[in-house]
Amino acid sequence: MSSTGVAITGIGAISPLGLSSAEMWSGLCEGRCGIDRIKSFDPTGFSCQLAGEVPEFKVRKYVPKRRRKSVKLMSRDIELSVVAARESILDSGLVTKGIDEENINVEPSRMSINLGAGLISCDLEEIAPAVAKSITNGKFDIHKWGKDGIENLTPLWLLKYLPNMLACHIGIIHDIQGPSNTITCAEAGGLLAIGESAQIIFRGDSDVALAGGAEAKVNAIIMARQCLLKRVTSKNNDNPAGACRPFDDEASGSVFGEGAGMIVLEDIERAKGRGANIYGQIAGVGQSQSINPAYEHLESDGKGIQIAIENAMADAEIEPGELDLIIPHGTGIPEDDLAESRGIEAALGEFAGKIPVFASKSMLSTTGAASGALDVIAGICAMRDGKIPAAKNFVKGAEGCNLNIVTKPKSEDIRYVLCCNYTYGGQTAAVVLKKS
Amino acid sequence: MIKKESKERVVITGMGIVCPLGHSVSELWESILSGKSGMGKTTIFDASTFPSQFGAEVKGYDFTKHTKRPELHKDSNRASGFVIGATEEACRGAGIDVESEKICDGIKRDRMGIYLGAGEGSVNNEVFFESLVQAWDDSERRMDWVKWAEVSLGKLDAMGELEQEPNMPACHIAMMTGARGPVRSCLTACAASTQAVGESMEIIRRGDADVMISGGAHSMIHPLGVTGFNRLTALSSRNDSPQTASRPFAASRDGFVLGEGAAIVILESLSSAKRRGAKILAELTGYGSSSDAFRVTDMHEEGRGAKQAIELALADASISYKDIDYINTHGTSTRENDSIETKAIKAAFKERAKKIPASSVKSMLGHLIGAAGAAELITCVLAIRDGIIPATMNLEDRDPQLDLDYVPNEPRKCKVDIAINESFGFGGQNNVVIIKRYEGK
Repeated sequence: MSSTGVAITGIGAISPLGLSSAEMWSGLCEGRCGIDRIKSFDPTGFSCQLAGEVPEFKVRKYVPKRRRKSVKLMSRDIELSVVAARESILDSGLVTKGIDEENINVEPSRMSINLGAGLISCDLEEIAPAVAKSITNGKFDIHKWGKDGIENLTPLWLLKYLPNMLACHIGIIHDIQGPSNTITCAEAGGLLAIGESAQIIFRGDSDVALAGGAEAKVNAIIMARQCLLKRVTSKNNDNPAGACRPFDDEASGSVFGEGAGMIVLEDIERAKGRGANIYGQIAGVGQSQSINPAYEHLESDGKGIQIAIENAMADAEIEPGELDLIIPHGTGIPEDDLAESRGIEAALGEFAGKIPVFASKSMLSTTGAASGALDVIAGICAMRDGKIPAAKNFVKGAEGCNLNIVTKPKSEDIRYVLCCNYTYGGQTAAVVLKKS
Repeated sequence: MIKKESKERVVITGMGIVCPLGHSVSELWESILSGKSGMGKTTIFDASTFPSQFGAEVKGYDFTKHTKRPELHKDSNRASGFVIGATEEACRGAGIDVESEKICDGIKRDRMGIYLGAGEGSVNNEVFFESLVQAWDDSERRMDWVKWAEVSLGKLDAMGELEQEPNMPACHIAMMTGARGPVRSCLTACAASTQAVGESMEIIRRGDADVMISGGAHSMIHPLGVTGFNRLTALSSRNDSPQTASRPFAASRDGFVLGEGAAIVILESLSSAKRRGAKILAELTGYGSSSDAFRVTDMHEEGRGAKQAIELALADASISYKDIDYINTHGTSTRENDSIETKAIKAAFKERAKKIPASSVKSMLGHLIGAAGAAELITCVLAIRDGIIPATMNLEDRDPQLDLDYVPNEPRKCKVDIAINESFGFGGQNNVVIIKRYEGK
């Protein structure tokens, strides 16, 4: 049986602005910045010493008692995803095995999970002692490593770092036995996963889904990569709150961070039937690809973004004039922001300069595979409250960027929100949200 | 979301592979029919003291021979390099223009997508280990992050780092083909490329693309990859006999043999294939996906999720378990997979279970992890085409608990109209697709 619509019935977020979606949304509305000097390692040697780090939390509190042993196998990415998943399921009113074993109201085989996850880098302080046992004359000795070094790693070491383990842990905790997928399209992963998840419900292959993304980018290896690729701002180490400036004339690169965003999707008739709180619907999904020989950046005309938006709008069967809010990817990397803005303009024509735009990364940082999911949650909150937060760190628009970035908070009815995303490597995604 | 009145039928119009048994589909098939093994001593890095010192490597491959613009792909990791050759072959077979000035194949690029099950690339091992040697103070148990940054930032190459991302093989295919339709990459461990094929089918069925370049690409034959699998005791350690080490369903099986490669299939709507006059190799008629939700480390004891995925795929294809002529098993040669998969097959195929030939080409090919499912899908298409079922090699000592017809040691002539391809991943993702002879109507 295929579905007639896909409702959003739950949201959950853990972000640099707090441990819940409510804290994230109030932070965005208040213009709080989640970016600061990196605390989890000494960043002195890095060109960018800033990150969006999640406030302290203990994952054990979010895992049912009988599953607490499993936290030893959770990398930071997995921990973040487990926290956000729990909030979103609680918020939806669905009862899974992980919420209350006695009162389950979801058929496990009809529930699916679809997450965007990153390339998880290993914990260097965990592997270093094993490397230290594998040195000859001050150099790494692979013979010693193979013979003795590896014995110092916990047997299940690899399982912390497989990207599908986020969905696997959550699936075990909440007993999700339907389709499980992990989209590994870097910074577009979360939004792509939400799109695919909605399509799985729409085609009738599950009734309920947990969808979103999670990534912990505050790891020395990942930060080194972003520095080497010159995707970071290196001018703002003394000014964390003003460092990430999407679409602003003074933008000089992004700041990276960590987080997880999860939403519960549900066949709309099922959601109505149980009297669920319905935030809205996934009205349209589109995706495409940027083709650029310099594939660390978006192509300069933003064509891949344009096609994704056009497809999502066609799927939602709406015209550009009906959009009330755009949440773009907007990383603060000047050439990417310009290309994205061109792609949005090409897709929406004259309306591109009129529809209010809100970019979240000045406060949330670029949280990899989580970023698209966090933006969808911001869009859902905006529809719920009829409120658009003001941009942070946007003073004067960058040359060539003609979007209508909202600089003062706005209160108005919001019926349709467009979220778009892209990543190095080129994948682009767009999702249209509709208020119920 | 827009719903189409009727679902498109999905056919396969091209295939390409770069794997331990050769750099083309014909080489793969010749090797499989002659029972050749792709395994040998590990040469990519010095594994001479590892618990497992051998693997199934891609040998003598040079991606620059498969592209007119090698400079675009010069930073490729192994998996992206493999995918270039596999894509070139698959597109050539399907009549899709690759790296052409002018597109004459009748396929609009925004109607052509990509969906891979692809894995991460290796870290730069030299710098990775050296940075830790220099920065870690083992007596104080602390890291000197300034030192670490100095070594790493000084020696790592930006594009080499970027190329480790799992979405890079898809990026390289996009540059070759100009595909602008839906592009995704997934990584559900050993089930990834079957999932990619299944979801590609759904994308075509719902009308979001006419053509999907699908499949997988992966290489975990690197120090950290082998370390991880060795710690899990998942790999065979039969170092004295690599060529007979992968022995699915045998009593003496002791783990899988890590392989690498890329396998690409061109999936196309039947209407597009007919319009273009493309040669149709087979039809994809069913896809089933489930998860075990059991343990991080183990499959569900009774194969609950595997059985569910098989049943969902059969239902999706609107056929009965009685209609299947050949089961291409996941058959990894681990103690656990082979016995649980056998249970799942018995549960799903009931009284027919022991009568359906069920073989594992991993006995020759090794385990291509993310790329495994797509490589095995290709062998299903060839089995249908030629009426030959690949053997499970090295099956001299059958496990008395495992009593299906595994097609031991000799390929078998047998008409195959419908085959089922099973892939199960670490962490409990199960994906199954059904491949049917295309009847020309």
